Amino acid sequence: MTQQNAAPDVAAGRLSDEEYKKNFADLHPLLAPHEAMVEADRCYFCYDAPCTQACPTSIDIPQFIRQISTENPAGAAKTIFAENILGGMCARVCPTETLCEQVCVREEAEGKPVKIGQLQRYATDHFMETHETTPFTRKASTGKRIAVVGAGPAGLSCAHSLAVEGHDVDLFDARSKPGGLNEFGIAAYKSVDNFAAREVEFVLSIGGITLKTGKALGKDLNLADLRTQYDAVFLSIGLGGVNDLGLENEGKSGVLSAVDYISDLRQAEDLSALPVGKRIVVIGGGMTAVDIAVQSKLLGADDVTIAYRRGQGRMNASEYEQHLAQTNGVKIMSWVQPKAIAAENGHISAIELERTAEENGQLKGTGETVTLPADMIFKAVGQTLVSADLNGADSTVQIEKGRIVVDADRKTSLDDVWAGGDCVLGGEDLTVAAVEDGKIAAASIHRALSA
Amino acid sequence: MADLRTNFIGLKSPNPFWLASAPPTDKAYNVIRAFEAGWGGVVWKTLGEDPPVVNVNGPRYGAIHGKDRQLLGLNNIELITDRPLDVNLQEIKQVKRDWPDRAMVVSLMVPCEEQNWINILKKVEDTGADGVELNFGCPHGMSERGMGSAVGQVPEYIEMVTRWCKQHTRMPVIVKLTPNITDIRKPAQAAHAGGADAVSLINTINSIVGVDLDAMAPSPTIDGKGAHGGYCGPAVKPIALNMVAEIARDPTTHGLPISGIGGVTTWRDAAEFMALGAGSVQVCTAAMTYGFKVVQDMIDGLSDWMDRSGYTSVDQFVGKAVPNCSDWQHLNLNYIAKAKIDQDLCIKCGRCHIACEDTSHQAITNLVNGVRHFEVIDEECVGCNLCVNVCPVENCITMEPMAAGSVDPRTKKTVDPNYANWTTHPNNPMAVTEAAE
Repeated sequence: MTQQNAAPDVAAGRLSDEEYKKNFADLHPLLAPHEAMVEADRCYFCYDAPCTQACPTSIDIPQFIRQISTENPAGAAKTIFAENILGGMCARVCPTETLCEQVCVREEAEGKPVKIGQLQRYATDHFMETHETTPFTRKASTGKRIAVVGAGPAGLSCAHSLAVEGHDVDLFDARSKPGGLNEFGIAAYKSVDNFAAREVEFVLSIGGITLKTGKALGKDLNLADLRTQYDAVFLSIGLGGVNDLGLENEGKSGVLSAVDYISDLRQAEDLSALPVGKRIVVIGGGMTAVDIAVQSKLLGADDVTIAYRRGQGRMNASEYEQHLAQTNGVKIMSWVQPKAIAAENGHISAIELERTAEENGQLKGTGETVTLPADMIFKAVGQTLVSADLNGADSTVQIEKGRIVVDADRKTSLDDVWAGGDCVLGGEDLTVAAVEDGKIAAASIHRALSA
Repeated sequence: MADLRTNFIGLKSPNPFWLASAPPTDKAYNVIRAFEAGWGGVVWKTLGEDPPVVNVNGPRYGAIHGKDRQLLGLNNIELITDRPLDVNLQEIKQVKRDWPDRAMVVSLMVPCEEQNWINILKKVEDTGADGVELNFGCPHGMSERGMGSAVGQVPEYIEMVTRWCKQHTRMPVIVKLTPNITDIRKPAQAAHAGGADAVSLINTINSIVGVDLDAMAPSPTIDGKGAHGGYCGPAVKPIALNMVAEIARDPTTHGLPISGIGGVTTWRDAAEFMALGAGSVQVCTAAMTYGFKVVQDMIDGLSDWMDRSGYTSVDQFVGKAVPNCSDWQHLNLNYIAKAKIDQDLCIKCGRCHIACEDTSHQAITNLVNGVRHFEVIDEECVGCNLCVNVCPVENCITMEPMAAGSVDPRTKKTVDPNYANWTTHPNNPMAVTEAAE
């Protein structure tokens, strides 16, 4: 007789303590000194290096790798931090395979790029372990005050650069903890040992930055007030909303937002207390989809499927991430879109997917369906800007395609408001791109305030 | 399969690979293992007079490493054998008896008195050894006592001691030379004048391998102090090759048999020494780094190369490169080459560009029509070869000779098919001009 899926199989503590520990250990452990030396020696110290050009923050990569190879890891870290104060996190989460490492001449020569990300981590970890503060000295106070709203990568980067210039920054965040997606997003195995929080502390060590948590824009803060109270405002509020599937039964128990679940997972003190379904279907094709799929597998789910509406090559998750999912036993199903969710007794029991096809660039359902039994469905179909937070009627911040419009200096349509990170139009949804936004905006704010 | 048998001044060995006088040849135990592994001969670690010397009890070696700890250069402060003379002699006798087909040379170092040499030569003869090598090379310790390189640095002493030895023994005499001199031809000429059957070189080079920046002392340190040692290994090979060639092409010493030493690590290294005139090669650092097994590929690789090159015995190529060792003044100034970058092989690292741009002749592009592209500008290229040397891709950049009759875009002059060198060049104030008037 076959087992009926009358009751959803959602349970905590599917694994032993050892298994949780092993599954959520560092994906790429820190290189040992000798490994780092050998890897650094592979770098050709290219002229006008392609890797540096590919880095959104333009880190002088050959220079820092050379510094590692000459036993000057602290100098290497300074080279990194000079362009990217969150070089530690970027070393962990950057999709290097589509950035610096993709264009490494070693990739062209032999298909094996220099492990730039891991070397960057080697240098930055060394520095943060041996130094109490960032390598920068704050200039004399300018008396200017800037509000940075959102303490994620863009906000932290902007706040740090402004603080270095001698400005005073109030750094607000809606959550009780700073860090943004570094703290609440990102797969746990990419940022172990509370690294996100340690990095925030490191950034704040510059001084001149006052962290104010639990302050949400649109609730506790008002853009108009900030503009009158501060000399400039930087918005790095991220994307607070999650896209829906638009299906019946979406509100039933068992349908979850991937972003929320990852946040719970990142904050969980005890992973064995986290309930996870036996059969899971993830809807989406980006990094978040892979992160939730892999992590639910690592939490002990039996059967995890990523359902993506187009071909695998179109997934926003990098090829490396797709492989990571597949080697962890996640099934990637392409050319399917959610059609209906079945529920029994208030809990979902299955999802019906419709096959899709592309005709003249238009995605269409073919009518053919397949039903997957599911105890949990994760929505990872993108996030949205909650524009109401920008204070409705008063707001004149120009919004387009659901994102804040900024110019090359990351300045919004308002003269004294800048923005960066996931909330702006044209962004790449990458930590490293957010850091660059913050850096560029800070330079622009500094110029504006120094004029 | 090529014949690797070697007859070097009458010393016969199944192949030209000998272990040099050094720690690997200090005891019967090691030498037997070496012969079992296939080494063609050994030069037994230098014997002295009793009481034996003592060695330091701290570090004897220091090294230069590549990033992956490849041992590139080795420095040592070990002295000659520290075992009693009789023990060594008995072992030499036994090993030679057990391994009659291998060359057994005994290295010697005693004070510069005729009687001392007479005494030790007699004892070595009694072992049945095939020959002796006079250690005039060690640059540390023994030299402070008037032996080793202290002798090797004075051609008159070399000649004197060599003559004594030739007078007092029937065994072939090899004189081992120190590179710690300004002109290697002088000690070689002295050895030749003294009647040496052969010279062997190089011994180790005076060296401080590094400085411990915490202890502020040369490394390795012994109770806080360090002393200079002798440098060897792959790093010294180019120096040794030149010295071998200098002796091979010097009119006085041309034809004097040479046993080549200095950084021989592979069959190719050996072939290079032999092409420059070495009838046998001696190896130490490679064996000390990897063990005796390294000889197996030396044998196999050399044999394979000989087969591929059409040589059936080693004497067919020994010294074959010597006639092509020239002096700068005799190089053909009408030979013009330009670097050429193979765009299919180029990985666009830009090293050729920056090396040429910063330090040479600004003859390699980095952008062409706004695109990253590295290409030689023939109008500027002097054919220096720096780009070839810094390029990480083998054969990506090559030096292409210009055909006679074509025009060199740099000088706008037609490439002359005739050979012409500095000695006749108009810019040479000492130029040999034909008596036209």
